[in-house]
Amino acid sequence: MADDRQKDDITGVETTGHEWDGIRELNNPLPRWWLYILYASCAFALLYWVLYPSWPGVSDHSKGVLGWTRHATLDAEITAAKAKQSAYVEKIAALPMAEVANDPELLTFANAGGRSAFGLNCAQCHGSGAAGGKGYPNLNDDDWVWGGTLDAIEATIRYGIRSAHPETRQNDMPAFGVDEILTAEQINDVAEHVLALSQSATDPAAAERGAPLFAEQCAACHGERGEGNTELGAPKLSDALWLYGGDKADVVASIAAARRGVMPAWIGRLDDATIKQLALYIHSLGGGE
Amino acid sequence: MDRLVIDEPVEAVNSREQRSFYKKRVAIHPKLVFGRYRQIKWVALVVLLAIYYLVPWLRYDRGPNAPDQAVLVDIPGRRFYFFFIEIWPQEVYYWTGLLIVAAVGLFFVSSLFGRVWCGYACPQTVWTDLFIYVERVFEGDRNARIRLAAAPWGFGKLARKSAKHAVWLAIGLVTGGAWVFYFADAPSLFGDLIAGQASLGAYLTIAILTGTTYVFAGFAREQICTYVCPYARFQAAMFDEDTMLVSYQAARGEPRAKHKKGEPWEGRGHCIDCGQCVAVCPTGIDIRHGQQMECITCALCIDACNGVMDKVGLPRGLIRYDTLRNMQVRAAGQRPHIKLFRRRTLVYAAILFAVLAAILTGLFSRADLEVTVQRDRNPAFVTLSNGDIRNGYTLKVLNKSHESRVLSLSVSNLPDARLEVLGQKGLELEARPAQIESFRVFVQAPRQALEKNSTAFAFVLRDPVSATEAEHDAVFMAPRR
Repeated sequence: MADDRQKDDITGVETTGHEWDGIRELNNPLPRWWLYILYASCAFALLYWVLYPSWPGVSDHSKGVLGWTRHATLDAEITAAKAKQSAYVEKIAALPMAEVANDPELLTFANAGGRSAFGLNCAQCHGSGAAGGKGYPNLNDDDWVWGGTLDAIEATIRYGIRSAHPETRQNDMPAFGVDEILTAEQINDVAEHVLALSQSATDPAAAERGAPLFAEQCAACHGERGEGNTELGAPKLSDALWLYGGDKADVVASIAAARRGVMPAWIGRLDDATIKQLALYIHSLGGGE
Repeated sequence: MDRLVIDEPVEAVNSREQRSFYKKRVAIHPKLVFGRYRQIKWVALVVLLAIYYLVPWLRYDRGPNAPDQAVLVDIPGRRFYFFFIEIWPQEVYYWTGLLIVAAVGLFFVSSLFGRVWCGYACPQTVWTDLFIYVERVFEGDRNARIRLAAAPWGFGKLARKSAKHAVWLAIGLVTGGAWVFYFADAPSLFGDLIAGQASLGAYLTIAILTGTTYVFAGFAREQICTYVCPYARFQAAMFDEDTMLVSYQAARGEPRAKHKKGEPWEGRGHCIDCGQCVAVCPTGIDIRHGQQMECITCALCIDACNGVMDKVGLPRGLIRYDTLRNMQVRAAGQRPHIKLFRRRTLVYAAILFAVLAAILTGLFSRADLEVTVQRDRNPAFVTLSNGDIRNGYTLKVLNKSHESRVLSLSVSNLPDARLEVLGQKGLELEARPAQIESFRVFVQAPRQALEKNSTAFAFVLRDPVSATEAEHDAVFMAPRR
């Protein structure tokens, strides 16, 4: 081989022999350490292909001899997290609600767990801040259709409202208009009377006419002055809060067709401890009795 | 022998002319020197290392509910303790202030006396000095080291080198070890470290700092100052013609020439070109080239030259701390004078004192009780069955004292407001010592009392025992009318 190698005068390094516009390129080989890292990386990749899932196939992929999967890792992490929580969860499941509420440590855990379960199961209807909406009760306030004590809230969550469960919260307000129990004028009068209970009537004369009708048809459940009855799930009518709206049209619609809102029973879907944590969380939102 | 001073066959290997991108680093073997600045550097070395190694072991009694380590960075507990000062994460701006003080302090000192930080106090300088001392113990002074480096490998060389590296690594280990003691109770951590019970983080930190100490002070040395450290690069911005710098008096020294005993001094400069100033330089430069970026102003060349001047019977100070202006003044044969009060130094001093004053005022006037308020956003407000409006708040109470406290909560500027603290009766909040407590507070106000949909008010916490109060602004939201 003819020795036509050229050296650069300044650096003493060999050139590649290529020249562009008088510029010649030094032939500096890759540093050894760099090459070794490259080789090590190649070896690592080969080993990885054997050990771990890596190659895509048509309908599946190579599994790797270790049998490692992300799902298994996740399952293990969830199991580990559950094991960590189990000390608290088991206590909450075993103790009556009042005792859980009196244990600050358990209560803190239950509130956090309840918040998380609420976001997963309840927020769809009641809203992420539990502020509800028309037809979906606001759980922050002090107005409870079926009662706001810890036990009442727990029972409501457990068995639902008008759900398929035999122990469900259940009542049946007649649809006074649809079932033709009252005429349209009578419904108008009763509605005015109901609004008058919270000092928001628009037609005092109609409200006056509605009074006997209310006493006859409504007072049995809602009370003579509309104070409601949580035993029967009859809403309080004399306060400032309206689950289905407090405009006259809303009230008329409620009387004429009845509302009959539904909440599923969570027993069977959620375990006992989760239901208790949910009840404690909702009770802590500010309206708990 | 005709000459009083032995010539050093030296080259300023790290000066700009000698340093090529294509050239490997040439090892520097600084020669031992005696003199005033070497003395100062030894003292600085001992004092600074003593501070670094011993401070974590100082105790300071803070009472029953706090650690008794004088200087402690408690990361898991989110506290920094410095004798009587205790910093919480919320007060991180004190650190900012401290960093400003450090930076401006550096500028201030640099504008007066050049890179004294680099020359005397920088850890890189101190540890390199220590490592060179160890090197000298095992391998001898400059010429012996040069010979040893060139000698073929044999038992003697191997023994000396391994002894040196072993001691270097030991110093590195102790250096890394001392660092972790700032972050935990030193005596118990020491026991844990020995017993193998300390956290992985502690061992890793020690390993990393052992490595960096060993590499930086043993091998990298002046390359850190020349290539890595940004301060070397912007130092010139702080210098002016009145900054005291290590300077070679060229007017007196040149033309330099070798000198034999008894030869006259007329018609020549006082520099006898013995090379001592280069031989002692830890950064491998020749100060006679003038001020240069590589110079860390350690002043060892001053000691070396003064020693030589004493021997040849000339006045000291051919290399000396001097200002650019004074060098010209001396060259012209006039009396030099030092000007400390200059616009630059005054401005630096003013900033320094302003920030220091702000930090100290803050430190000594800060309250040991604080409250912060976060309002519920979802829902922004809740209408209650009687028509009242309720807002929810999360109050964080910072009890910075080391005593338990019972604090009474109230609000101001919100008429007819009713308060309720979740999970308790009454408005007495219990705060554990040196803790942040969290409380859920509901505030209820009648609709009629709220004129706007957003009312500004304040939470007030009062400690009846110490009669201290803490306040925080808050907003009460209501539906639009």
